[in-house]
Amino acid sequence: MAVLDPTLAAIRPAERTSALATLHEWVVTVDHKRLGLMYIASGLTFFLVAGIEATIMRIQLVVPENHFVSPQVFNRMMTMHGTTMVFFVGMPILLGFANYLVPLMIGARDMAFPRLNAFSFWMSLFGSLLLYFSFLGAEGLYGGGNAPDVGWFAYAPLTARVFSRGNSTDYWTLSLLVSGIGSIGTAVNLIATILCLRCEGMTLGKMPLLVWLNFVVACMILVAISPLTAAQIMLLLDRFLGAHFFDTQAGGSAVLWQHFFWIFGHPEVYVLMLPGFAFASEIIPVFSRKVIFGYPFMVAATVAIAFIGLGVWAHHMFTVGMAPAGNAFFAVSTMLVAVPTGIKIFNWLATLWGGKIRFATPMLFCLGFLFQFLCAGLTGVMLAVAPFDWQLSDSYFVVAHFHYVLIGGLLFTIFAAIYYWFPKATGRLLDETLGRWHFWLFVIGFNLTFAPQHFAGLIGMPRRIYTYQAGRGFEVWNQLSSAGVVFQLAAILVFLWNLGRSLVRGEPAGDDPWDAWTLEWTTTSPPPAYNFETPPVVRSRRPLWDVKHPEDPDWRYE
Amino acid sequence: MPTGPVRAYWVGRWREGRTSAWGSRVRPAILLAVTLGAVAVASAGDDTTRTSSVFAPVSGPADAVYRVATLALAITGAIFVVVGGLLAYSVVRFRRRPDDDGTEPAQVYGSEQVELAWTVIPILVVIVLCLVTARTVYDVQGAQKPAGAIDVTIVGHQWWWEVRYPALGIVTANELHVPVSDSADPTPTFMALESADVVHSFWVPRLAGKTDLIPNRTNHMWIEPRETGLFLGQCAEYCGTQHAHMLLRVYVQPRAEFDRWVAAQRRPAAADPAAADGRRVFETTACVNCHTVRGTVATGRFGPDLTHLMSRATLVAGAAPMTRASLHAWIDDPDRVKPGALMPAMKLDAPALDQLVGYLATLE
Repeated sequence: MAVLDPTLAAIRPAERTSALATLHEWVVTVDHKRLGLMYIASGLTFFLVAGIEATIMRIQLVVPENHFVSPQVFNRMMTMHGTTMVFFVGMPILLGFANYLVPLMIGARDMAFPRLNAFSFWMSLFGSLLLYFSFLGAEGLYGGGNAPDVGWFAYAPLTARVFSRGNSTDYWTLSLLVSGIGSIGTAVNLIATILCLRCEGMTLGKMPLLVWLNFVVACMILVAISPLTAAQIMLLLDRFLGAHFFDTQAGGSAVLWQHFFWIFGHPEVYVLMLPGFAFASEIIPVFSRKVIFGYPFMVAATVAIAFIGLGVWAHHMFTVGMAPAGNAFFAVSTMLVAVPTGIKIFNWLATLWGGKIRFATPMLFCLGFLFQFLCAGLTGVMLAVAPFDWQLSDSYFVVAHFHYVLIGGLLFTIFAAIYYWFPKATGRLLDETLGRWHFWLFVIGFNLTFAPQHFAGLIGMPRRIYTYQAGRGFEVWNQLSSAGVVFQLAAILVFLWNLGRSLVRGEPAGDDPWDAWTLEWTTTSPPPAYNFETPPVVRSRRPLWDVKHPEDPDWRYE
Repeated sequence: MPTGPVRAYWVGRWREGRTSAWGSRVRPAILLAVTLGAVAVASAGDDTTRTSSVFAPVSGPADAVYRVATLALAITGAIFVVVGGLLAYSVVRFRRRPDDDGTEPAQVYGSEQVELAWTVIPILVVIVLCLVTARTVYDVQGAQKPAGAIDVTIVGHQWWWEVRYPALGIVTANELHVPVSDSADPTPTFMALESADVVHSFWVPRLAGKTDLIPNRTNHMWIEPRETGLFLGQCAEYCGTQHAHMLLRVYVQPRAEFDRWVAAQRRPAAADPAAADGRRVFETTACVNCHTVRGTVATGRFGPDLTHLMSRATLVAGAAPMTRASLHAWIDDPDRVKPGALMPAMKLDAPALDQLVGYLATLE
C-alpha cells in the first residue's frame, strides 16, 4: 500500500540536500534500513578488493615457477583474500540483509536497539579498515613485512613474534577482535528484535523462514565469536606480554590454537551459509508460485544444523594426529550434518515440484545455488570420511569444496537476494537482460575456476603454494581455473553496470514487483523511515497470500 | 619389537587389508573411470613421478584410503545423479508455459511421510559411511609395527625436511629412502614426525594421507610401499614464505639397493685433498654454525646435513637441481634462488666461492 497520509510523507527528509548534509545523515543514522544498506555497500566494496587479490593469485598460478609476484606478496594476497571474504564481505553483507529485512518482515519499525545497531556497523567497518591499514602501518619496529601473511586461520606458532615480525599479525588480530564486537552487538540486537518486536499475530511458528534462520544465525554468532575473541586475546598476550599459550618454543600448544580457531571457524561456516539458505527459502517459493514445502521441518533442520554444527570443528584437524576415537567421532558428527542439510535441499525441490517456475534473475541464481550447493555438500561428505580427508585436507580439493560452498552456494544466493530486494530498497528494478548475462557469465566463470581445482587437489597439489613445478600435471587445471576468472570478472562488471544503471534509470518497481507474500512487500519501495504506517496484523506465514486470495487463505492450513 | 605370534597376527591383518571386500567386490571401477577419467589419464604411464594422484596408490595407508574413497565416491555419485536429476527434471517439467492461465498452482504445505522418508534414508547412508570410516581409521592408525620395520624421524624446518634414521645413524635431507615391502616379509617404514619451528605436513599422495609435523609434539605415520620408484610429495600445511618449495622425494628401492644406499650414507664425508682450500673456507665461515659435515668441525643443526650432499638429486628442498651451477648460485645469493629462504648470503669473494663449491661438490 502507498503512503496514505501526506503529513507522514512530509516527515521524510527534503529531496534536495547538499552532499555534505546527506553524508552526515548517513553517518549519524540509526535507521536499520540505512545501516543495512551501508553494511551491504561496505561488503560489496571489499568484495571487489578481495576479488582483485584473488585475481593476482590466479595470474601468478597460470604457469609453473611464475615470477609475477614474489612469494611474500602472494602469501599476503592469500591471507587478505581469505580474511576479507569471510569477515568483511560475507559477514557485513549477511548482517546487512538481516538488518534491512528482519524488522520489515516481522512488521516492526526498527531494530530493538537502534544505537547499538549503528555502533555495531561502525565497529565492523572500523575492523575492516584496520586490516587494510596494515598495508601502510604494519612495518612496526622490527620491519617485518606489511600486510598479514599468516593465512586466514593463522595457525600457531607461525603467528609468534619469532616467525611473524613487525605488526602485520597484530593488525589481523585486532581487526578481527574489533569486528567481532560488532558482530556480537548485531547478534544481540537481532535476537531481541525477533523475540520482542514481532507484529500482532506473528507467533514464532508464523515467522518467515528468513527471520527464523537469522535468529538461529544470531544465536550461533554469540556462541562462535567468543572463542575467537578469546584466542585473539591470548595471541595478543603471547605477542606483547610474553605469555606462552601458543608459543611452542616455551612449551605452548600449537594444537590449542587450532581447537580455538575451529570451534569458532566451523560454526562460522553455518553463520555464513544459513542466511544463504534463508534467501533461497524466501525466493524459491515466490518464483515457483508455491508455499515452502515442510516449513516446520525447515525450521527444525536449521536448528539441527546449528546444534550439530557446534560439534564438528575438529574435522578441520584430521591430520594433526588425533587418536582414532577422536577422528571417528568428528567424522561421524560431520556426516550427521548432511542429514538436516539434505532435508533442506529436498524441501526446496519439493517446493519446485508442481509449481509454475518463473525464471527471473533471482530464481536463476537460486537454481544455480541448488546445483552448486549439492556439489559442495557431496564433496563435504567426502571430506568427512576422515581417511579420505587425510589425502584431501589442505589440498586444492578443499579450496574447491569451500568455494563451492561460499561462492557457488552463498554468493549465488546473495546475488539472488540483491536482485530480489533491490526494488524494495531503491524503488527500481534491476535490468533482467543484464541480470541474465550476469548469471550465465558467472555460472560459467565460477565452475570453470573451481571445478578444476578438485582435480588439482586429487593429483597432489597443496593449497597456499605460490608456485608449482612443471611436469606434475598441475598446469592444465590451474590454467582452466585462471581462465574462469576472466568470465567471473566480466560477470561482476555487468553486475556493477546493472546496479549503477538501474539506480538511475531502472524501471519503477512498485510496492510488490514479484507478486510476493511477506510483509516487506506491503509497504512502499523504498519503505519510509517508519516502515509501516500502521503496525500490520498477520494470521499466517504468508500475510499477502491471504490478502490476495481471501477465498483460500493460508491460515486455514497452518 | 614384536616377534612370533604377534608378528604373524600383524602380517595377517596386513594381507587381509589388501584383499578385503572393498578391494575385490565393491570397487566400482567403471563409475570411478567415469567420475575421474581425467585423473586416471593423468596417472597413466610407468614414470612414477608423472603423477602423485591419490587414485594411484602403491602403499598400505594410501590403499586403504583409496578403498574407502571409492565407496564414498560411489555413494555421493549416486546421490548426485538422483538429486541433480530431480532438480533438472523439476526445472524443465514445472517451468511456467507460455500459455499459462495465470492461476496459482496447488499449494502443498508439506507431508510428514515424505519428510520421514528423506530423513531416514540419508541416515542409513550415513551409518554405512560412518562404519566404513571408523574401520579404516582404526585399521590405519592401529597398525602394529613388525620386526622388519624401518624407523625414521622426520623433522620439519622452514623450508626443508630433516630425515634421520636413528637406528642406522644416517642423517639426510629432503629425500626419504625406504625399501620396498614384500607382503611375505613386510618391511614398512614407521615415521616419527616432529617440527623444529612451525606446523608442516608430510604428504606423498601415492604412499599415504598426510600427517602434520607439529612443534612440541611427536606424530606417527607409516608407509608400506609395494612398488619401487620415486614418489613426489611436498609440505601440505602453510608454513610461511617458501611453503611452495618444501618438496619431498621418496625413493622406494629394492632391498639390496636400499642397503647399498645405507652403507654409502654411513661412510664419513669425503676428504679430497684437492678440495682442501674449499674445506678451509667452509670451516672458517659461518657455514659450520648451521650445517653438519660428519668428520669436520661443522656440527650445526639449523640447516641440512651436508655430509653426503651430492648424493641428493635436488638442492634446497627441490627449488633447484643438485648441480655445481645451482650450488654456486645458491651460496652466492640464496634469496635469488629461493626468495625468503633463511640461509644468509655469506658475501664470499669469487675465488673463495669457487673453492667452497669445489669442496661441497666432493661430498658425494
